[in-house]
Amino acid sequence: MPQSSDSKHPDGKPTADQPRWRRDFPIDTAQDEYVSRRDFAKFLVLTSGAMAVGQATLVGQSIARKSASKPDAMRIARADDVGVGQVVRFNYPDPGEPCLLARLEDGKLLAFGQKCTHLSCAVIPDLPNGQFVCPCHHGHFDARTGQPLAGPPRRPLPRITLQVRDGIIYATGVELST
Amino acid sequence: MNGQQPLSQLPFSRPQRTAVVYGMISFILILVVCQIWLITATVHAFLGGDDTVVWPAAIASLLCLGLNVGLLRYLHKMESAR
Repeated sequence: MPQSSDSKHPDGKPTADQPRWRRDFPIDTAQDEYVSRRDFAKFLVLTSGAMAVGQATLVGQSIARKSASKPDAMRIARADDVGVGQVVRFNYPDPGEPCLLARLEDGKLLAFGQKCTHLSCAVIPDLPNGQFVCPCHHGHFDARTGQPLAGPPRRPLPRITLQVRDGIIYATGVELST
Repeated sequence: MNGQQPLSQLPFSRPQRTAVVYGMISFILILVVCQIWLITATVHAFLGGDDTVVWPAAIASLLCLGLNVGLLRYLHKMESAR
């Protein structure tokens, strides 16, 4: 049976040779396929627009962050009250930003944001092993640098800069890094 | 006049139009994947305090969007020329 190249049916045969159900419901397969592909192209362009809007939002947030003033210094605790291996929890720079102040074995004071950089679970200090541990997905961070050691986190914990004046520990800023 | 029609007004046959749309979809898909990669990398850098990549990434993403919109407009022109 010769097949027509301009047939609108998937098997290329003329309409008279098609089964009855296809003759009753004649769908132009090529046209149908073309329309669905065209609509898919439109959907992809819409997705492209959404990505561009997301990038623009990041630009706006970047501008807002640059124009924001540096957070004020905040009193955390007396230096004598934080012993070796002890941890003090505080919120800085906003009430919704939990942080941890820890004194390591060598007496050094360090503070980091408590939100895990993976999905913002609260990290738990494990100072005997020199780590902060996220219990949600087993992320591990170095207690000295805040750098991720294991697990899903890829960015270090935000570091809180400290200043000790007259025996009082103050938080003076937040340092982010990649 | 040299008698040539612009490409957008050429009367493509249906199979040819389908092939053109397939080609466009492939190209658009590559650009969208690039944009997804761009926004992922930019969010990572932004959350890490690095603002230097935000503007270049936004410009690149807008360029990709412009190309995609141009391709879609070409598709509409192709249809209206039928």
